[in-house]
Amino acid sequence: MSGHEPAIMPPGNYYLTGNEALAEGAIAAGCRFYAGYPITPSSEIMERMAARLDEIDGGVFMQMEDEIASICAVIGAVWAGARGMTATSGPGFSLMQEAIGYAAITETPLVIADIQRAGPGTGQATKVGGGDLMQAKWGSHGDYTPIAMCPWSVQEMYDLTIRAFNLAETWRVPVFVMGEEAVGHLKEGLTVDAPPAVINHREEKGATPFGHELPDGVPPMPAFGEGEKLLITGSTHDHRGFRKTDDPAVQAQLTGRINDKIMNHRDEIVDTEAHAVDDADIVVVACGFTARSVLYAIETLRTEGLKVGLLRLKTIWPFPDDIIRTVCGSGRKILVPEMNRGQMAGEVMKYAGGDVIPLNRTDGRIIHPHLIMETIRGIA
Amino acid sequence: MARDLNRYLRPGVSTTPFCPGCGHGILMNIILRAIDELRLNLDDMLFVSGIGCAAWIPSPNFNADTLHTLHGRAIAFATGAKAFNPQLKTMVISGDGDLASIGGNHLIHAARRDTDLTVICANNMIYGMTGGQAAPTTPAGAISATTGGGNPWAPFDLCRLVIGAGAGYAARFAVTQPLELKEAIKEVLGFTGFGFIEVLSPCPTQYGRRNDYGAVTDMLEDLRRRCVTADEMKRLTGTERKDRILTGVLHDERNERNEMETARA
Repeated sequence: MSGHEPAIMPPGNYYLTGNEALAEGAIAAGCRFYAGYPITPSSEIMERMAARLDEIDGGVFMQMEDEIASICAVIGAVWAGARGMTATSGPGFSLMQEAIGYAAITETPLVIADIQRAGPGTGQATKVGGGDLMQAKWGSHGDYTPIAMCPWSVQEMYDLTIRAFNLAETWRVPVFVMGEEAVGHLKEGLTVDAPPAVINHREEKGATPFGHELPDGVPPMPAFGEGEKLLITGSTHDHRGFRKTDDPAVQAQLTGRINDKIMNHRDEIVDTEAHAVDDADIVVVACGFTARSVLYAIETLRTEGLKVGLLRLKTIWPFPDDIIRTVCGSGRKILVPEMNRGQMAGEVMKYAGGDVIPLNRTDGRIIHPHLIMETIRGIA
Repeated sequence: MARDLNRYLRPGVSTTPFCPGCGHGILMNIILRAIDELRLNLDDMLFVSGIGCAAWIPSPNFNADTLHTLHGRAIAFATGAKAFNPQLKTMVISGDGDLASIGGNHLIHAARRDTDLTVICANNMIYGMTGGQAAPTTPAGAISATTGGGNPWAPFDLCRLVIGAGAGYAARFAVTQPLELKEAIKEVLGFTGFGFIEVLSPCPTQYGRRNDYGAVTDMLEDLRRRCVTADEMKRLTGTERKDRILTGVLHDERNERNEMETARA
């Protein structure tokens, strides 16, 4: 075990599944509270967190009675001073949506891993899907702006989970790690470096926890038991936390701030990766596991002389509008392959100048490179 | 609110949010009186509530950490906070619809786990805030906004429910039994584990008006007449018992009390 932080896996090379790596990333990011409910294909996260938090001083694991209780317990624990998370898959993610809105309006930092499976409904529980992307953005009622990560490898299940916690703390917002079954159950190499930088939310004795004085729009956050006499409500509230359920100015100010604090800083949040896009006639926009197939496909097609590139979204929310505008300009063809009926493609169409061509697969199987190559050859 | 308890109220709070005749103000008073008599420091306490009239008893009124949560989920939020920081003396205060209908699953699981929470369920037998719809605690035959012909279903016995789920302590009192209720709250605050107190609290606005109670005092008088102890229950005839509500510390594993058995004896 490392000398700095005995809880974290020491630097080295490991061979893990994505779900295991995600759990280890959470531990490395300082997560010390996990509440969850079993659901395929995310359960290995819960099992690993149960074992790991049991070994760690101050670590608390709770198996709750359902997914609703799970996320509510996480929110309670976070206000009691924890870094907390839960993990689930489609049906559980649906059950959590009301509490996600609560976390958004109370500005509670937390991480939710949604290991996506084929839906809707119970769908194909053990098969891959990518149909929760829009739910991550719009799943709870009302206006809020969450952050969502799209890992494509075991390494990123670790790295992006660490980043998810840091973003949650920086912006006091729920952050999703939108893994897919294929990456959750994928087993491959993971390199762990020195303990990561861990960012904490701002603390300031006596400050109002829902204030708006700071330029970045993120108020300091105290915890229960510190004598701050916290007043927390999911109703519209003023900077002190008092319910203001008939004051239009407070409603406008609160909904404005909790959205603006993310949208005004999306340059600091958005993360994309471009492969061979500079001279590309065709740009493939992809995220998650699908981007692996795309990378193989474009590398193969480049050897055939086709000018194709990949723009990979490591974060999907807030959506990288400016980058899409820049990379997907007119004159280019934009292919958007995804394991849903065109959720990301619709977003790309909003900002791309070029023709957007969706490629959708919803049969519970990954999109293979040959399908992407075939499609690109067809449109080239 | 009794003036000597004002120091437990959050600065800026000046009026109660409750309708005239609502029992929740009495309950608020009794909870703070119990805390005062135990000399507990509000800074060490966390009050968690759901959605509904009773959820406004602690939030924003109590000058402590207060967490006003989602409808039905108060116990789940409280479970997480308490698990991460066991030093927080955590009390859940919410209504019957909140805790026993939409939140019923969390209630029985907290009882099963013996989670260290004081759960006070203000039972007015109706959905008050939303306009008087039937609750799972509405008596059979009672008129509500959704049971104009009389409620066709039997209500939960909340104490039996939590005892069945494994609660080590369950008590039921009406706000017309303030001293006994206060002692029960003090008792639960004094031990570690799950303690459930059902508090019958009249809702004249939504329940009384629809069910032939001419005045607030009629509802209070009715509770005074119908709420009996186990010993009193034993002395009643079968017909009389049907109309009565068994009150008291109904189940207390620590002290091997079981008033439900006594009442039946």
